[in-house]
Amino acid sequence: MTRRVVITGVGAVTPLGLGADTLLDRWVAGESGIVGGVGSCSDFDPADHFSRKEARRADRFTQLAVVAANEAIASAGWEDELPYDPQRIGCVIGTGIGGLGSLEEQTDVLRERGPKAVSPLSVPLMMGNAGAASVAMRHGLHGPTYGVVSACAAGAHAIGDAMRMIRAGDADAVVCGGAESTLTPLATAAFAAMGATSQAGISRPFDKNRDGFVMGEGAGVLVLEAADKAEERGAKVIGELLGYAATSDAHHLTAPDPTGKEAARAVRLALADAGIEPEQVDYVNAHGTSTPLNDASETQALKAALGEHAHRVPVSSTKSAIGHLLGAAGAVEAIATTGALQRGIAPPTLNYEEPDEGLDLDYVPNEARPLETASGNGGARRIGISNSFGFGGHNAVLCLAA
Amino acid sequence: MTTKATDEAVQKVIFDGLAEVGADPEQINRDATFEELDVDSLDVVELAQIVEDEFGVRLEGDDLKGLETVGQVIDLVVERAQ
Repeated sequence: MTRRVVITGVGAVTPLGLGADTLLDRWVAGESGIVGGVGSCSDFDPADHFSRKEARRADRFTQLAVVAANEAIASAGWEDELPYDPQRIGCVIGTGIGGLGSLEEQTDVLRERGPKAVSPLSVPLMMGNAGAASVAMRHGLHGPTYGVVSACAAGAHAIGDAMRMIRAGDADAVVCGGAESTLTPLATAAFAAMGATSQAGISRPFDKNRDGFVMGEGAGVLVLEAADKAEERGAKVIGELLGYAATSDAHHLTAPDPTGKEAARAVRLALADAGIEPEQVDYVNAHGTSTPLNDASETQALKAALGEHAHRVPVSSTKSAIGHLLGAAGAVEAIATTGALQRGIAPPTLNYEEPDEGLDLDYVPNEARPLETASGNGGARRIGISNSFGFGGHNAVLCLAA
Repeated sequence: MTTKATDEAVQKVIFDGLAEVGADPEQINRDATFEELDVDSLDVVELAQIVEDEFGVRLEGDDLKGLETVGQVIDLVVERAQ
């Protein structure tokens, strides 16, 4: 029998503030963390969390990962002592790009002052696995530890990998998630150059006038535990990760396959992995980037995967409130999905004004509403899926319950 | 242009450099060991960069082998600069 995997801790740093509860409270209230067309974590001050030495040895994306992980570990009740042999606790933290701010800074040093002036900290600052390394070091985790790189699907892939690690028996618990901080001159220019970001600076997923995503930064970290172990130690369970699947479009370097067929297959496989029928899905947390292509193909994918039920289930986008957190998005959104299911509330897609042709699902426009429980779920808990699709055509779907 | 490496000048640059890499300023003195200051190999490379920038004295990995205290490094830099 497959080992069940439960969520016992969550932590988030997002443009809506510090904390997973803050994210949920404010999103449900219809508040936005996007200011001036950017989703920055303006409430986050490294000095509140790190010594000078720690701060200068961690790129901002790593700092965000560590602070989110600290919250997740505290909420799992692990703060004073790890509940398992540290060799049985893994750590997987995804990122889209890694320490880009540090790379840009050291490139300037190289050009202006020559190779001998480049900081010996450059590599550990830039490396994409720095988030995983720092979290594991801070908490003394000795199980399998690495970063995952799959652009905007990295956070979801990291959680999926973590689940598989527990199922395979390689770990009893895994601290997993995603982190990103690329509000830098290069990334801002680069995403604009390819026409991916919104010229209007407005995140309005599924709206007819959407014109690209709004870049955000942040981190989301979850503590996953084998259900048998969590039960044994009497852990407070926040939710359950029922299923996961990943597929690849193999279509275009950046554009999604417009038919959404591989994204749809990822949804179907995640549901099959969870042992869930489409009709049992109570809520869909969409990838919903606010780009013309994603929101159209994702809508297609949901129709293909969920059939008629796609028109009944509420579908909303966290990115409407915080922007696109790239490699952190999948993890932050898994936390948002779990919170929505737990609270029994479908949080809204903000800035939704004008329906687009063919985009005719229930996007929960602008106001949160109560989330029904499908009769098939026995009224005991709600089930949701969280979609993540990355540049390169990487699709990852998580099926959650709370 | 490099600064003249007097004992006083080298001490100031190294003390400031140690604080820059994150050592506790209150613990920095000539007798303090790198271990006490939690200064590791990456910090030492940064310190060597600062020293070279300031005094034109190049410290390689082997030069610092066996040196334990801040004062020993200050003495080495002053000696090399002459």
